[in-house]
Amino acid sequence: MDLSYYPGCTLKTKSKNLEDSAIASMTALGINLVELPRWNCCGTVYSLADDDLVHHLAPLRNLIRVKEEGNSSVVTLCSFCYNTLKRANLLIKNDQEKRNTINSFMEEEIDYKGEVEVVHLLQVLRDEIGWEGISEKVVVPLQGLKVAPYYGCTLLRPQEAAIDQVERPTILQRLLQSLGAEVVDFPFATECCGSFQIVGNPEFVLDCAWNILSSALRRGAEALVVSCPMCDFNLGQRQRELRNRYSEFREMPILYFTQLLALSLGLGAEVCRFELNYIDPRPLLKDKKLIP
Amino acid sequence: MRIEISAKRLHSDFVKKVEEISGETLPSCYQCGKCSAGCPMSFAMDLLPNQIIRLVQLGLEEDIANSKTIWFCASCLTCSVRCPRGVDLSRIMEALRLITMRKNIDYVKISAIPGEIIAELPQIALVSSFRKLTA
Repeated sequence: MDLSYYPGCTLKTKSKNLEDSAIASMTALGINLVELPRWNCCGTVYSLADDDLVHHLAPLRNLIRVKEEGNSSVVTLCSFCYNTLKRANLLIKNDQEKRNTINSFMEEEIDYKGEVEVVHLLQVLRDEIGWEGISEKVVVPLQGLKVAPYYGCTLLRPQEAAIDQVERPTILQRLLQSLGAEVVDFPFATECCGSFQIVGNPEFVLDCAWNILSSALRRGAEALVVSCPMCDFNLGQRQRELRNRYSEFREMPILYFTQLLALSLGLGAEVCRFELNYIDPRPLLKDKKLIP
Repeated sequence: MRIEISAKRLHSDFVKKVEEISGETLPSCYQCGKCSAGCPMSFAMDLLPNQIIRLVQLGLEEDIANSKTIWFCASCLTCSVRCPRGVDLSRIMEALRLITMRKNIDYVKISAIPGEIIAELPQIALVSSFRKLTA
């Protein structure tokens, strides 16, 4: 099965480990992610102002490209892209007045009414393949690997864009269990990592990272599993600073769920691009005999 | 703290503008404080999120301008999904930021960020920060 795929900027630059492991895993599961031949930045954040329509154009143009290709849905990997595309689509679908304004402003484009469905890769795994279907394809079960699933914000909030229950999501947990991992529940799984505040207020984001990581560590997690390149950066890249600040802190690898999926499907470590992770997960994976 | 509450302030252009940009109904908030209780950035804020909405209700624009709170909001929407009155505080925070930024005032100074930091940040961090915190 072919599915239209929107990568976004960060997956083509900083997060090749997310993209490469996702595409390889999906191919192994019988789904080809076909990248849109033309796409632009989604704008990364959905505008929260009622009088600001211009910032919805960038995400909507991508959805118009999907419609032009004759596809009824588009798959995203980056949580930020998912949220922005999903919500711009909901706006144009549900608000007739704004839809008319936007369509008449973009007169060079075909009319768009929100026909394309925006989905995240986790939804494809759950709804198209299913946890049992994934389990059947696992050749390297992640036995003995204690992982804490971390959702962050943009897959779950607001309610109308949520891929799972807002306050008590289980989608990552179910995936990781299907791969044979030992899932560690912890109370900060849906707490914000500080997001874009890393640029203007990096010291506060370090506090957010400490709250999240120290909670997962206390619950016995050996690695944190994420879907979002922003969370990956905020929680992974600053761990050296955390170690300097808190003597009890231990470094903990941050992994994309797609890396563990690829590994358990027997696709090998190369496709996972572990060298791009901020904290090298290979010593841990070697210790668990998951990679040679 | 001594504050002046008057009909003029309660119906000021500022209050109207916040309602217009955010699309939210300010009097809906009954100050339960759930937004502040769940806010992941509240530890860094000089005024709590529920205090911000109270100040907007009362039209106390200067008190908000003197606080850094709106610039520390990460738009994580935890407050929005938990509000028992259906008030989307993230949209009010955005409206308050926009009222300042539409005067061409930046919170994040792009030119002050060192090149090596720009090079290591993911693209979504830069674009979203500039979208949220620059004019």
